[in-house]
Amino acid sequence: MSAAALSRRGFISASLLAGGGLLFDLNVPLARAADGTPVILTAFIRILPDNRVVIGAKNAEIGQGAKTMLPMMIAEELGVDWSQVTIEQTHADAKVFGGQSAGGSRTTPREWLPTRQAGAAARAMLVAAAAQGWGVAPETLKTAGGTVSDPKSGKSATYVSLATAAAKLPAPDPATLKLTDPADFRIIGQSVVGVDTPAIVAGKPLFGIDFKLPNMLYAVLETCPAFGGTIKSVNLDEVKALPGVAHVLSIKGDGTPESGFDGVAILSKSWWSANQARDALKIDWDVSAVSGFSTESYASQAAAKRKGKADADIVRTGDVDAAFASAAKTVTADYDYPFLAHGTMEPQNCTALFKDGAVEIWAPTQNPESGRGLVAKALNLPPEKIRINFTRIGGGFGRRLMNDYMVQAASIAAQVPGVPVKLLWNRQQDIQRDFYRPAGWHGFRAALDKGGKLTAFHDHFVTFGKDGKPVRSAEMPASELPAGLIDNVLLEQSFLSTNMPTGWLRAPGSNALAFVTQAFLDEVAQAAGKDLPTLMLELLRDPKELPRGPNQPPFVTARAQGVIEKALAMGGWATRKALPRGTGKGFAFYYSHMGYFAEVLEVAIVDGMPKVKTVWVAGDVGSQIINPINALHQAQGSVIEGLGQALAGQQITQVAGAVEQANYDTHPYLRIADAPRIVVEFVKTDYPPTGLGEPALPPVIPALVNAIHAATGKRIRTLPVTAEMLV
Amino acid sequence: MAISFTVNGQKRQVDGDSAKPLLWVLREDLDMVGTKFGCGAGLCGACTVHVGGEAVRSCQTPLGDVAGKAITTIEGVQTGDPGTRIAAAWVKHDVPQCGYCQAGQIMSATALLATTPKPSDEEIDAAMMGNLCRCSTYVRIRAAIKDAAGIQDVQA
Repeated sequence: MSAAALSRRGFISASLLAGGGLLFDLNVPLARAADGTPVILTAFIRILPDNRVVIGAKNAEIGQGAKTMLPMMIAEELGVDWSQVTIEQTHADAKVFGGQSAGGSRTTPREWLPTRQAGAAARAMLVAAAAQGWGVAPETLKTAGGTVSDPKSGKSATYVSLATAAAKLPAPDPATLKLTDPADFRIIGQSVVGVDTPAIVAGKPLFGIDFKLPNMLYAVLETCPAFGGTIKSVNLDEVKALPGVAHVLSIKGDGTPESGFDGVAILSKSWWSANQARDALKIDWDVSAVSGFSTESYASQAAAKRKGKADADIVRTGDVDAAFASAAKTVTADYDYPFLAHGTMEPQNCTALFKDGAVEIWAPTQNPESGRGLVAKALNLPPEKIRINFTRIGGGFGRRLMNDYMVQAASIAAQVPGVPVKLLWNRQQDIQRDFYRPAGWHGFRAALDKGGKLTAFHDHFVTFGKDGKPVRSAEMPASELPAGLIDNVLLEQSFLSTNMPTGWLRAPGSNALAFVTQAFLDEVAQAAGKDLPTLMLELLRDPKELPRGPNQPPFVTARAQGVIEKALAMGGWATRKALPRGTGKGFAFYYSHMGYFAEVLEVAIVDGMPKVKTVWVAGDVGSQIINPINALHQAQGSVIEGLGQALAGQQITQVAGAVEQANYDTHPYLRIADAPRIVVEFVKTDYPPTGLGEPALPPVIPALVNAIHAATGKRIRTLPVTAEMLV
Repeated sequence: MAISFTVNGQKRQVDGDSAKPLLWVLREDLDMVGTKFGCGAGLCGACTVHVGGEAVRSCQTPLGDVAGKAITTIEGVQTGDPGTRIAAAWVKHDVPQCGYCQAGQIMSATALLATTPKPSDEEIDAAMMGNLCRCSTYVRIRAAIKDAAGIQDVQA
């Protein structure tokens, strides 16, 4: 028994469950979310016979809190208590669930409206059922705790008791649904502990690496240390003969890092045994095509390129040459930063079972649909023959937007039909087979007039490119500030080629561009006899809305001003000159992922290295902080991650086409003793809520190096920071 | 060779390579996957368990070394004190983000409070420096340890 309202493109249905519960299945494509991406109003809501409610969590959970936040929004509008809700992870299917990726801090802006509408649609059907039964108008009824009540007659009915009647009703048009007034929110805006937190603390199996199937074999996969190398010969038979080895298989990649390069897989009942057997592999790699790539050669090529004519314009406005010709003062500086790995704590892994011409996958992936496409191509399967199940993910940071490990696991499983296979990388592979945050080199010039006003800005960005375009995550947008805020701007780029796979690392692009632009503008401000926040507030003074591309809301100068003023007040900026010698405060502002963040940071030099004491963070992500405890956690984590990029000694270097670093000792992250005090406040503005996975990260790096300058007079123009730079 | 030991108070016997790290014995032979593989080199602390009450890296502890020993893992640590207090504080402060390193963090924190009931900030840092958290939940790890120890956190 079910009722379904079929629109041109979707449906909302309510159907009875065996045993007397009710299932709401909502799937209505809506126009656009705040960030412009098409969205689907979708949810699985099950009302159980005991009136408890099961809410499907549809997005990948990487620690960003989506598995808790989206169900909070549904529960709010459904009119149930959080204590009566159970959360269930759904599988991955864009046709059913719409966007399920975790990336770009996009979940909040994408889901804010449709996810609440999904809850409201289900509530409206239950209220309508009660109203019909009692012969009253639905508007007069109230809901709370999964019960509909009539204040006038005193009648009440649990949701589950209304299931049969609700299932017969037509579904409402989402556009007509009245959403809860934010002043009446009971769950949104409350701090809700992560739904998996108790299970994590108890050590329950939640992650991809924990998932097991009967008779499963573990696989290790050896690929060429130099990206793009191919196999000349391999001792397959010798390794096959080792005790405990079940299979040794040649795996053919398609030559791209996204689908995987050629490799050799060893399968065993024990991953440890398979990994031990890896030592016996003797592969003769042909690396002739890629052995010329090295960090040393990038650096010398970049230095030469930066001095010469750029390959291409990014943006050119006004008359930059004239502005520099008439400048009272010119400031120039070169900046650079290295490749970085992601280093997720859970090494890449994926479980796959190939059977009867179909493959089922259990994957810690941030981006399942892209994986489905790659697996379909690699295995020559129709996409509907691939089922992808989400596991909890032991860290994303953008690494698992790529699905190379999924393609590899599926390719191995396809060679042993009927046998489940779990591919698991070791840490060395994880660091050495990444999609790296690309290195970059910037040559800056700024022109100041007699009054100390910034009249022109020029950046020659040397980045990595292919066919005249930047490679993945190596772009600088034409809107990079101060573009749009002053008349004469030239951003241009030149390209180096590389065999390094590149990819998105938390706050991609921004994590590097914030450093170089806000640190250089700190230099410019000082040359003009002022400080960076003063310069930024001057540039942002005129109320402007700068366009940010088709799927983005505009950059609003007033919102930037708001967080800058807030951070200065929080961080005691006005009294910073009173700090003792060897101690300093720095400031930076950056806009990324629709979030406005200004940060003030206090640093002291201890034993020759910077020790960050306190970071004050002011952020504007719109009108509502949905889950305050998680919002705070995202900001704290972003700040410490950014500090780690500058202070922990992180850099990926390459020799003869291969990565040199191999583990957390050579690609280190900050530890507990390095974690500063972090004070976070949100400036609420009347804009739809946006995401928090990333935007607090970028400004902390320039705030740090600007603070180091204040403390020591030393200008950091290269990351990571070393003790030698401070002497 | 059959090797006997206890895990969370239960007698276990494993017949296998004595060089196999305890981490993989737990995960593969005993189907206890709460203890996590992070680096395989004793650098990240995700695999921390207690052997004879002491926090050790199970990825660096061969099966042969634990014969006759009492092992505690994340699956059992919260049944006793101070594990119960640590677990409760971890939930209260919502310490985990991705959660992958947290079993190791909890095992190190529990070992700390078992020997040092009221640790100083320096003692907390020293005990927890071997445990990497890539999500950087350190601020809350510190707060949760202090809460579990009944220490007023003046900095929060």
